[in-house]
Amino acid sequence: MASVGRRVARVDGWDKVTGAARYVDDLTIAGCWFGATVRSTVPHGRLRGLHREPTFDWDRIVLVTAADIPGDNVIALIEDDQPALAKTEIHHVAEPVALIAAPTPELARAAACAVQLDVEPLPAVLSLFDATRVFREYEITKGDVAAARAHADLIVEGESTTGAQEQLYIEPQGMIAQPRPGGGITVLGSMQCPFYVHRALMRVLGLPSEKVAVIQTVTGGGFGGKEEYPSMLAAHAALLSRKAGRPVKMVYDRQEDIAATTKRHPSRVRHSTAVRRDGTLLAMDIDIALDGGAYCTLSPVVLSRGTIHAAGAYACPNVRVRSRVLMTHTPPHGAFRGFGAPQTLFAVEMQVERVARALGIDPVDLRRRWLLREGDTTATGQPVVAGAAAEVLERALAQYRSKSSPPPPPPRRRGVGVSLYLHGAGFTGSGEDKLKGRAAVRVAEDGGFEVLAASTEIGQGTRTIFAQLAADALGVPYQQIRVVEPDTSCVPDSGPTVASRTCMVVGRVVEEAARELRAQLLRWGESARVTAPDLSALAHERARRAGPLAVEKVYAPPPGIHWDDAAFSGDAYPVYAWGANVAEVDVDPDTGEVEVTRLVAAADAGRVVHPVLAEGQIEGGAVQALGWALTEEVKYQDGRVLNDRLATYIIPTSADVPVLETVLVEQPFAHGPAGGAKGIGELPMDGPGPAIVAAVAQATGVLLPELPLLPEKILAALEARGEREEAGR
Amino acid sequence: MIRFRVNGRAAEVAESGARLLDVLRLELGLCGTKEGCGEGECGACSVLIGERVVNSCLVPVSQVDGCEVTTIEGLASPALARAFVEEGGAQCGICTPGMMCAAEALLRACPRPTIDQVRAALAGNLCRCTGYTKIFAAVLRAAGERAAGEQAAGERAAP
Repeated sequence: MASVGRRVARVDGWDKVTGAARYVDDLTIAGCWFGATVRSTVPHGRLRGLHREPTFDWDRIVLVTAADIPGDNVIALIEDDQPALAKTEIHHVAEPVALIAAPTPELARAAACAVQLDVEPLPAVLSLFDATRVFREYEITKGDVAAARAHADLIVEGESTTGAQEQLYIEPQGMIAQPRPGGGITVLGSMQCPFYVHRALMRVLGLPSEKVAVIQTVTGGGFGGKEEYPSMLAAHAALLSRKAGRPVKMVYDRQEDIAATTKRHPSRVRHSTAVRRDGTLLAMDIDIALDGGAYCTLSPVVLSRGTIHAAGAYACPNVRVRSRVLMTHTPPHGAFRGFGAPQTLFAVEMQVERVARALGIDPVDLRRRWLLREGDTTATGQPVVAGAAAEVLERALAQYRSKSSPPPPPPRRRGVGVSLYLHGAGFTGSGEDKLKGRAAVRVAEDGGFEVLAASTEIGQGTRTIFAQLAADALGVPYQQIRVVEPDTSCVPDSGPTVASRTCMVVGRVVEEAARELRAQLLRWGESARVTAPDLSALAHERARRAGPLAVEKVYAPPPGIHWDDAAFSGDAYPVYAWGANVAEVDVDPDTGEVEVTRLVAAADAGRVVHPVLAEGQIEGGAVQALGWALTEEVKYQDGRVLNDRLATYIIPTSADVPVLETVLVEQPFAHGPAGGAKGIGELPMDGPGPAIVAAVAQATGVLLPELPLLPEKILAALEARGEREEAGR
Repeated sequence: MIRFRVNGRAAEVAESGARLLDVLRLELGLCGTKEGCGEGECGACSVLIGERVVNSCLVPVSQVDGCEVTTIEGLASPALARAFVEEGGAQCGICTPGMMCAAEALLRACPRPTIDQVRAALAGNLCRCTGYTKIFAAVLRAAGERAAGEQAAGERAAP
């Protein structure tokens, strides 16, 4: 019986509900020491030296500085601008400067506190509005914006802003490095991208590929936060381990994790839209600025995704998007679910609300009028294939209307808002073509079937989905598939576990490899004159008589895809997934508090591989977006994160969210696995923010295009309208 | 010495200011209980002391002298475990042990909770993956199955 489309039990489920699953901090290794990090306390400065407190007992303490780095002092990513340890200049608060290893975590922390940095402070750029140094800029041009604006009845302008957001995986970053005989190193830990870590370690340690092994342990959430930062932590653990000559474990506590690791890029997006009075969309002119933080990290790719998604799910004949990501002296901003798209989609959805108000048209009707239909082209000129904009919008509205809500208790005011969006699945532009992600399926030595891929299970269900796809392609029950733990020394490089690509891109490769393995196995059976009751029995015969049999495949982009990196035009993604939200909120005019009373999501998954996992992605993303929209404010003071604790950085609890209403829509992608699956990991992050702000606008009469939309801002807006009396009067 | 019971077995540790969380994980090898924040905000370290759910990162071990402590390893509720697996209540799994302890405390005190009672009872346990909806479904399903199981057992026992 086919497993795709069924609610099969997730393969890692039982370990997780019994407490048997072992995360990195649960692993004990004999003779293991513990690491700690000495960090800068100023946002910008010249590092003059480092002093060890003379009264502290430095016996049995290992200290590592930039001078101890055997390879290049760099965390290899896009630009080589970020050092593993600062050597001469400090670029942000909490920048790592030195490392400590000691026999106990307490001693390591005490030693780190006994290291003083001698830093000459320099002037710092602490906000996007003061930033001038550009990491990267892009421009998209479609049609002739200036000419179209000349024919407009109305030009509508507006600005939207969004703040930083912490991924807040519940398992903090953690890594263990172990020296190997012969001068190599093995690193185990919590991560999304084992081969990113592998590449970074080779550079820092100056080691060849075969001397570095990276193994992913059970990972307690990632959301992009474990895309690039684990390379830094792995480098630190490895440097300590090599100097100490023993295993070293480094696990951050929550404060260090929030203070030092990457966050979502803050944004400022300006729209200027040319329309006719009847609502015809003539031109969009969009200007984007992202705050990259102190180092480049993944900012160019985040910016590119944000730029491509900036015109939203709408057909516009004339578009100009100019975008840049700028340097500030704050900890680097980096990958976070949605990767630039949630920021620019928030802005375009706010702009739809503004235009609708300016024209006196219902915002849902305006979306119906503008939305991309099959064959329309996106801002980069990509024709829409497998589009579902109209369908997700209508399905979300129908779900919302299918129930009535009790009226809000006075004095609360009710509002309803809608959002419509798209999200490109897989790497941007020529990314997948360059990456050539690989995966393998094999008959192992014991005759069992195994999937080998570098794609990591971070909660989203990679292992279950790969087992399903391989099982159905082989024609065996999914319980017969083992998905091998990602270890760079024995799995092929499937590319990183990011960009909504695991199911759609790597899953497709797994499926092709499994199909080919089945064919090869049957051919072997015929030629060896082996009769077996089923494929599993044949595989066991094969292993017994002729040894293992493996098939490895490489991802091939869909035929006819073309992307021009220089002109920034063409097929930006293999396909888009589509989403719509309806948010219903109650706003308390006395406190400014917003309660989301209903949140509907319609999401186009192409083809649903696993209903529970797919809904789980949509629901989890929706609540993460709800937090970004209403409560998750990262407060900085002089470049330092002030609210670096869970008591002060507020993510949604079960009491803050309604029971989510999810509608899965299937508009199959011809090149997707299982007959059409699309990537949906990031899609749900895009829409709840604008839908909630639009709902608050309906409740209060004021559109406040800034995230997070805190109660203070709502109260200030109501006060400005004279609707609320000053407290105490 | 501090003497208490963990998952039905006797435990004895030296008197100290150590956190119950560290004693469970480091001395007793019960690593199912996780640390997410170390200050009682996330609930990943939730365990039961008697029938009450507590954050074990905030409990000095000296406070559990003479108590019965239950961790995920000793929860022994197959209905709850199955419901979490099948309804999608666990994704990355790091909050799951604490979440299940909080759910167990609720179901012991209130065998047939309403959805709002579930929402309130789990509000001290943060989950960043699921959006909570599937956790609510898992807890309500387990409540239903346990009640049905008890009813069936009651009918079997009836003369």
